Amino acid sequence: MNALHTAAMPDQPRARTAWHTATIVEKLAETPHAVRLTLAAPTWPGSEPGTHLDVRLTAPDGYQASRSYSVASSTPAGNVVLAIDELPDGEVSPFLVQDARPGDQLEIHGPLGSYFTWLPGRSDRPVQLIAGGSGVVPLYAIALAHDAAGDPAHLQLLYSVRTPAEVFFADELAALTGPTFGLDLVYTREAPHDWPDPIGRLTRETLAARTIPASQRPHIYVCGSTGFVETITPWLVDLGHSATDVLTERFGGL
Amino acid sequence: MSFTTRGFSGRRRQPETRLPPGQTLVEKWPVLSAGPTPVVDTADWELTIQDETGTDHRWNWDELIALGVEDITVDIHCVTHWSKLGMAWRGVSLDKLFEHVGSRHQYVMAHSHGGYTTNLPLEDLLGGKAWIAIEAEGRPLHPEHGGPARLLVPHLYFWKSAKWIRGLTMMPGNDPGFWERYGYHIHGDPWQEQRYR
Repeated sequence: MNALHTAAMPDQPRARTAWHTATIVEKLAETPHAVRLTLAAPTWPGSEPGTHLDVRLTAPDGYQASRSYSVASSTPAGNVVLAIDELPDGEVSPFLVQDARPGDQLEIHGPLGSYFTWLPGRSDRPVQLIAGGSGVVPLYAIALAHDAAGDPAHLQLLYSVRTPAEVFFADELAALTGPTFGLDLVYTREAPHDWPDPIGRLTRETLAARTIPASQRPHIYVCGSTGFVETITPWLVDLGHSATDVLTERFGGL
Repeated sequence: MSFTTRGFSGRRRQPETRLPPGQTLVEKWPVLSAGPTPVVDTADWELTIQDETGTDHRWNWDELIALGVEDITVDIHCVTHWSKLGMAWRGVSLDKLFEHVGSRHQYVMAHSHGGYTTNLPLEDLLGGKAWIAIEAEGRPLHPEHGGPARLLVPHLYFWKSAKWIRGLTMMPGNDPGFWERYGYHIHGDPWQEQRYR
């Protein structure tokens, strides 16, 4: 029963984490309501693919607001890439998406959540990544690290997204596909012209047909909204995957 | 340090004395967990407290309820920066469970279905500060939120309130649990902002 990735638990307490000053060096439109921010953070210790960090903003009167964001990339050293989806009722994401510009400074803290990581060479079992919407960000980080390391384990990403315009890292993911990385897109609202598959929410049948079967014992990483994660993970267990092979990360709430 | 982010003012805010530093008020109840949600039936449910002699003190669901269920209204604070104020819960005080347990050990490891663990000093669990919660906001606790029963220790960050609780093990020292080994603070007092080591 003591299953929750006990084998991968760190034996020693991890190094003390601190706040690092970061400067926005590039801001790009990622989707119609998300931006890609590249930060220069010279003291950032680097982060394992899949982890997140806290961003803290400070107003002139000392008021602070912090939120967690997954790291899309932290290479080369001192460089951190985030992809930030604007939440309509948000406080930090609307500022980062609408108002922030290159040269602005903020603070970052982490890396955090190092249970939700994949590292090259740690296992030769295949890896199934399952993303809903902006939940793809930490999984993109894993795919990027897998490619950079030339790791031979097979990686498969099933990515559920509303429309083609809302695909995060669309060009980068397409470029990563090859013999050891496969990309499956499921469009829930609108698909490209001539798209062969049905449009609509990810179903249990599609999940079964387009993910690595339990017989191959994949490590599975699921990231999306709570609704997405709560829908997908029982199906995975029903399909025969061990609950201990399924790691989850959620966003939403803030 | 006088660090500021250009152009950031933040939401217009009321001074909120019930909100610990770095926290933001939410109305919804976000969900965070590291793996699939375990499905636990109250018919099979059991809580065990193991003392240093290896003796297991056990309660099934009906025995837990028979200890007396209290109404609890508390604020909860998650390390991911959200707080929810004035939540109505129902649960059984850990004081009632520990009346039956004789142990010299001063620390406790909480164990959950699914393998989650978290460590707590015994003094944070006694004196009307902690419960085995079975209802929230008028309804049986949903599995997403740790149902059928979770630990409720509202004066500490909410990762200490282990979902899907199945047992407590007495410990001589304050060994770290799951998140504590991944860099979270060993104690987790939100008023001291003990988020991370």
